[in-house]
Order: sequence, then structure tokens, then C-alpha cells
Amino acid sequence: MSSNESKKVFDEGAALLLVDELRGIFASGTTRSYEWRVSQLKALSKLVDDREQQIIEALRSDLCKPPLETVAYEIAMLKNSCRVALKELKHWMKPEKVKTSMTTFPSSAEIVSEPLGVVLIISAWNYPFLLSLDPVIGAIAAGNTVVLKPSEIAPATSSLLAKLLEEYMDNSSIKVVEGAVDETSALLQQKWDKIFYTGNGRVGRIVMAAAAKHLTPVVLELGGKSPVVVDSDINLRVAARRIIAGKWGCNNGQACISPDYILTTKDFAPKLIDALKTELGKFYGENPLESKDLSRIVNMNHFARLRKLLEDDKVAGKIVYGGEKDESKLRIAPTILLDAPRNSLIMKEEIFGPLLPIITVNKLEESFDVINSGTKPLAAYLFTNNKKLREQFVTTVSAGGLVVNDTTVHLATHTLPFGGVGDSGMGSYHGKFSFEAFSHKKAVLYRGFKADASVRYPPYTKTKLRLLKALIGGSILGIIRAIFGWS
Amino acid sequence: MEIVGEVEESLKELRDCFKSGRTRSVKWRKTQITALLQLLHDKEDVIFEALRQDLGKHPVESYRDEVGVVIRSADNALSCVEKWMAPKKNHIPLLFFPGSGEVLSEPLGVVLIFSSWNIPVALSLDPLIGAISAGNVVVLKPSEHAPHCSSFLANTLPQYLDSKAIKVIEGGSDVCELLLQQKWDKIFYTGNPRVASIVMSAAANNLTPVTLELGGKCPAILDSLPSSSEFWMAAKRIAGGKWGTCCGQACIAIDYVLVEEKFASVLIDSLKKTIRKFFGDNPIESKVTARIVNKHQFKRLCNLLEEPQVRASIVHGGSVDEENMFIEPTILLDPPLNSQIMTEEIFGPLLPIITVNKIQESIEFINSRPKPLAIYAFTKDETFKRTILSETSSGSVTFNDTLIQFICDGLPFGGVGQSGIGRYHGKYSFETFSHEKAVMHRNLCLEIEPRYPPWNNFKMQFIRLAYKLNYFGLLLHMLGLKRYN
Repeated sequence: MSSNESKKVFDEGAALLLVDELRGIFASGTTRSYEWRVSQLKALSKLVDDREQQIIEALRSDLCKPPLETVAYEIAMLKNSCRVALKELKHWMKPEKVKTSMTTFPSSAEIVSEPLGVVLIISAWNYPFLLSLDPVIGAIAAGNTVVLKPSEIAPATSSLLAKLLEEYMDNSSIKVVEGAVDETSALLQQKWDKIFYTGNGRVGRIVMAAAAKHLTPVVLELGGKSPVVVDSDINLRVAARRIIAGKWGCNNGQACISPDYILTTKDFAPKLIDALKTELGKFYGENPLESKDLSRIVNMNHFARLRKLLEDDKVAGKIVYGGEKDESKLRIAPTILLDAPRNSLIMKEEIFGPLLPIITVNKLEESFDVINSGTKPLAAYLFTNNKKLREQFVTTVSAGGLVVNDTTVHLATHTLPFGGVGDSGMGSYHGKFSFEAFSHKKAVLYRGFKADASVRYPPYTKTKLRLLKALIGGSILGIIRAIFGWS
Repeated sequence: MEIVGEVEESLKELRDCFKSGRTRSVKWRKTQITALLQLLHDKEDVIFEALRQDLGKHPVESYRDEVGVVIRSADNALSCVEKWMAPKKNHIPLLFFPGSGEVLSEPLGVVLIFSSWNIPVALSLDPLIGAISAGNVVVLKPSEHAPHCSSFLANTLPQYLDSKAIKVIEGGSDVCELLLQQKWDKIFYTGNPRVASIVMSAAANNLTPVTLELGGKCPAILDSLPSSSEFWMAAKRIAGGKWGTCCGQACIAIDYVLVEEKFASVLIDSLKKTIRKFFGDNPIESKVTARIVNKHQFKRLCNLLEEPQVRASIVHGGSVDEENMFIEPTILLDPPLNSQIMTEEIFGPLLPIITVNKIQESIEFINSRPKPLAIYAFTKDETFKRTILSETSSGSVTFNDTLIQFICDGLPFGGVGQSGIGRYHGKYSFETFSHEKAVMHRNLCLEIEPRYPPWNNFKMQFIRLAYKLNYFGLLLHMLGLKRYN
């Protein structure tokens, strides 16, 4: 941002104007048509195709994100979302026929998906491109007008998004507002038809409380301490690699579905640590602080926060691998801690960085109790070949999503809803679920003027009561009896 | 202070009960719903009496709107709950082969249901069926404005249902406040927007999801109808939709009617005739219509009529009887649009008729107000039907009838905008009280190397092709037959 350019303040007044303008556009009906939705989805897809290099650069500048990670997790995922939406949109928009019962006979019913109106999307800094535009795809597909507020903590991506969306998209209906706390507060004062927030629980609460004033529904995509339970009967090398890919391979642990800690048995922990060390060495070399394949920590605040987790007295001497830091480059090497106490900071907070505590239990089944004693995480992972353990895991562990024998891959599966439960959030998206997150399901019932049961109307009599009971019981014989007064 | 301890004690017990896993089994869920059916069967007369005392409801109305609704809902849940619970298998992109995905519905945990006074039995038990069929433990807080029903529920539910898992807590706003300070896994509230906003703010503290079932000014649009018998039928259904359910004190009751000027007088005549047919010459004596719930609501409704210009617009009824808390079915023709009766939800037996030049104008009229819970439209014009559907927004739209969308199990019931958040009924009740957990199973044999660092161009290209699901390209790429870019 150039400093001599006079910066226009985005205050409550400006926010109100913006929402009014979008409400007008929405009322005009432009965004409802199938054609508009398709044209915008195509434009978004084109934007991603055309500007890949710029996107990679922005993410390099914000997070030192390795280009391959940007392509794999942000660009390719986004393209895939566009592709799925374009392919399925007609199908999603189609009213769903519903069976009606005898009580309302003769009638027909359907459920119609309609756009909610003017929606606000507040996105996060860790996947600033994907987490901004993936919800936008849902909002567009459902026919809404949108305001996107990208995270100010990833400034290069934020300003790139503002620029590119203006250039490629219908910018009377899709707007980007850049800014930090003040701008966000001004936006949250307004009345929206939906707020979609990705971030942390603290701000999630603020967003929901603001939404409550206007009875605005919210989707909150938060995080939590996502555990990995590792059994001993497994292909250790594959498991170690998949854990690393989910932890350090995802923005150096700064991802909401990254493994936060590992649970394994006391006996198996040393073997697991060895395997992790070996594979980490292969992936990131002797000196991981220099590795080009790892993102850096996003900013000084987060660097200091992570450092504090490591400097906690309670975890002194627990580091079994890594621990190197380079403050000037905001880099922290992949770090493994063994048996950090449950009351240490690192085990109380969501880590959101390259530190991985391993907690040992006597019997693996105990790990489910450990997980369930905390708040519900966004994801939980299990590596095992034991069918019984797997079943127990699936039924007893509550989390947004579960993956057995891998990490984070459910995110890329558009046929599964993605979203949290409890402290990890509310509502879900991806694929069809994105469309639904931004739609209202309107119930529609069609009736004719033919039959009309007088039982529905006063004056009320005993016969009517009998007939009603028969109708509700669905017994034809009872209905006939009641009509003829035989019972 | 006593009540604080009681609430905390109850919650602890509930949480332990949920942890024990008992409420998760199909058997538990079915047993509870069956017990609820038994309760309705055994206590029908007691329920009728409680409703008569709280609201003056006639047994037929009580059965139609309360007992019968819950029986249907319970029957439906009993026959469908296994189907609802079954994991939904999902197809997974070949990229993740071998793997499989499914969506599992799991109970949320400890849920709180606030119900309202106008349909105090059904609006308590219908959400309860949803919460039970999803395997939750529940606190039900019935409305204190229907005290007989509230104490009936508090006394009777524990006799029939698992009292460690389902509790009724009675009380007024102080108890509500206390309940809202606790951490819940879901709050289901039926009532008005003002309280809903408080409920949602409180829920925000604990990131608790909410379902808010509110109301709004539900309009009925009456188009010209080709035959007089149809017009007559429409008038009858409008009358049923206004005065038939709890004397207009229902969230989906018609709030006002939109009609073309030239049909207004015919409509008023038909409505008057219908009122006479329904309630006789002296509605107060008829005992077939419910009364106003309490003094507060009675005053509020009288106040609506007190504005001189509103009073002048009364074309039928208008008499009130404070002693019996009765307000006559009342029709108003074109009361001022800025009067309270047209800016607030009426929730009582007053029916304004608003005339428009052309019936199509009703769309703009509706759109200039908050989104209602229901829109009713009497028309045979297919184009107009489509316009209403695509250009207005509301919880539901019912063509050529009123209220019956409420008992159609296949349809979700719930509002949008000011009329609420979330939906229930049938399988939607189950979903409202469930978390849809995504589960993905993989095995540890096959491995796709390009997922892992160190990164290079080969891996980059691989991932691009993989995401496009371009399997042929992938094959060529793996064989080294395809150049990068």
C-alpha cells in the first residue's frame, strides 16, 4: 500500500452503504439466474488459471508457502471446487420433490433452494486464497451477492484478491473489503443474510454475538486440537509420512485440520519418533530452517506465541527432535515433544504451528477418553489395521470429520461435508454442502380446490374428533367408520 | 439460589447420562418415543383439560393441532429412525483409491428446548421427538404462560420417559436466563425475535448452534378465482388459517390478506358468512375458539385496535370481553400501513385486508417487509405462482390452502431472515439435533509419492493432473510420456 495515497476510511457508514447497494442489486434479481451464477463461476475459474503465478507469489510473500503447496492445496482445490459447482449446479438448483401424506391429500410438495441475499465471508490467513474463494464459490452458486473480507494478516493475498476479483468478477454483486479489526467491526454491525467465518473460536464468538442482533445465521469454521491416534500394528513408514504431510506439509502446521498432537502407547512411541525423524530428514534435509519446502510462521505475534509454548517450564526437556528457531526469518523447525504434561500450555491451546507433542497412554483405547475429555476437534485421525479399534474410534470420538489411516485428505473430498462441531465450529461446506450453506430451503405445498375435509374447521363435534383420529392414524377403515358414524 | 443448584445438578446428571452412551442406541430412542405415544394415549383427556384451562382450546382443536400432530410425528420417527441413523455411503474420487467415505449422524449431546405457549404441547413434544430420535439428552423448558400445560409436562414426562436423560425445568425469565448461562450442545427455541436474539447471543458465548422458530407477518394473497365455489373455498380456508388455530395466536396463522380492490367486498362477505358458520351468531358463547392467552397479550391486541384510524377500518367484529379474555374475530379493511397492526406481528384474531390495484403488486408489498414464516397464495395462475416462488422469500409457500404445510412430514418447517434459523419436522428434526460427521477410511498399502516433499516439478504436475481427475494424463505422466507444461 503506498503511503502517500490518501486511504479512504471504511467505517460503519461506508459499510451500511455497501450493504444497501448490494441489497438493491440482489432485489433486482440478477444474481438469481443460472446464467449469472455460471458466468461468475467460470470467471473465477479463469482468474485462477490466468493468475496462478501471481497467486503463488502472494503466498510466498505472506507465508513463504512452497509453490507446490500453493498449487496443491489452494489453486488446484479451488479449480476443483469450480469444476464441481459448474458440473452440478443445475442439479443442485432443481427443486426436490417431496412425498405428501394422506392427511394433506390431494396435494404435491417440493423444496426449492433460494439464495439468502447479501452474505459476508470473513476468511483466514493460513490458506488465504482457498479459504476466501472456496466459500465465495458456494455463495455465488447459490445466487447471493457477496462481500469478502480477506485476512489482513496475509496482506499480499488480501490486496491481490481485491484486485483480481474486481478485474474478473461482476463487481456490482461481488465486493472485497480489505482491512483489520475496525473494518471487520463496521461490517459486523450490518444486517447480513448469512455470515461465513473462518478463524478462531474467540472471534467466532464475537461474530455470532453480532449476528444474533439481526438474527443472521452463521457458519463458523474453526479449529481445535486435532489428535492422531497411532496403533502399533501398522506400516509405520507410510503412517509417519502421512502424519508429516498433514502436519508440516500443510503450511508448516498452520492449518485448522493439521494434526495437533499424537496419542500412542508407551512402548510404541520410540519407534514412531524414529520413523518420524527419518522421514522428516528425507523431506526437509539436515537443516530444516533453510528448507524451501516449509512455510514460515506468518508473523511475529504467532512466532512469539509458539516460542512461549516451547519455553513453558512444564515442557522443559521434553523436546526430542527439532526445536531450532530463527526469529529474523520467522522460522521454526519441525519439533517433536514427548509426553508434554496435559496441563502444559502446548497441550491446552491449539498449537497451529510446527510443534508436535506425542502423548503416551498405557492402552490405546485410553486415547479416546483423552480426546473426549477435551473440546471437540475439527478432525481426528487414527492409524490402525485393527477393525475393532477402528469401529470404536468412529463411534466414540466426536469431531468435525474423521480419517482412518491418513490425515487431512477428507478436506479434498467434495462429497463429504467439511465443518466442525462444538468448539470446532458450526455448519459445513464443500461441494453441494457449500451450495446449501448459502441457500434457504423453502418448503412449497400445492393444493387444489377439490377435496376439503370439514373436520378441519369449526364448529367442532365428537364425530370430527373421531375422524381426525382416524385420519392421523392413517387407518382407512377407521376413516370410513367415522364418516358413517359407526364407532 | 436453590434453582441454580438444581439446574447444575440436572445438567451434570444429563451429561453423565450422555457419556454413558445409553441414549445412542436405537433401542433407547425407540423405547422413549413409544413411551411418549403411550403418554399421549393415556393422558389425552388431561392434555385436553390443560389446554382448555390455559387457552380455552376445544378438544377437537387440541387434538388436531397438538396431540394428533405429536402422534403423527412420533409414528413417523418410529418407522424412520433406523433409516435416518444409517451411515450415508459416499463416493470418493479415484485419487484416494483405495478408500471409502461415509457420513455418520451422531447426537450433539445435551440439548435445550424452549417451547412457546400458543401450541404448548406440540411445540414442546415435537422438537423433543427430534432430539430423542437423534440420541441426545434433553432439557425441556415449557412456556410459563401456559402454566397448566407446563406443569403437566413437568409432572408427566418423568413418569413415562427416561428421567435421567430427559428433564423438564419449569420457570419464568429468571430460569431462562439461568439456563442460557449453561453450556449446551444445541438450543432449540420457539418464540419471538426479541427473545431469539437474546438466546442466540447467549449461545454465542459457548459456540452453541441454535434453531430459532419464530413468526412474522404471514400474508395470504387472494387472486381472482374463476368460480364462485372456489372463491368460497378460499375464504373458508383463509378463515380457518386465521381463526382456526388458537384464535390466530399461531406463528403460521395468516396475518393479513392481500386482495384486489374489486374483490374486497365479496371477500369480506364470504368471511363474515364463514365466521358465522364456524362460530355461530355469538362467538363468545360458542366455545369453539380459543381465548387470548393472558392479560398482557389481551391488552396488546386491544391497543392495536385503539388507534382511531384502525378502529375506523373495522368492517366486522371488534368487540372484546376482558373478563373472558375473548376478542371477536375481527376484519379490518385497509388500516393505515404505518399503524402498529401493520408493522407488528398481530398474533391474534384481527385480520386486516389490504387492497391492491393489481394482485401482482402484492409481491412488492411482501418484499418491503421482513421475510415471513409462511406465504399463502390462492391462485390458479401458473405464471403468478412461479413469480411468487422466485421473487419472494419466506419459510414456506402454500398454494390454495393454509396451515397444512405444518403437518407435511416431508417438508422442512422453519423460517428465514426474521422468521428464524434452521428447520425441523420429520427427518429434518433428526438432522437439527445431529452432527453429520464425515468419515474417511483409507488403508496403508498404496502410496502416492508426489504427496510428499521435497517438492519438484514432477510432483507439481502430478498434483495438477490428479486434481483434474485426469487419470489418463496421470498415467502418461507417471510413465514419463508427458512434458510439464
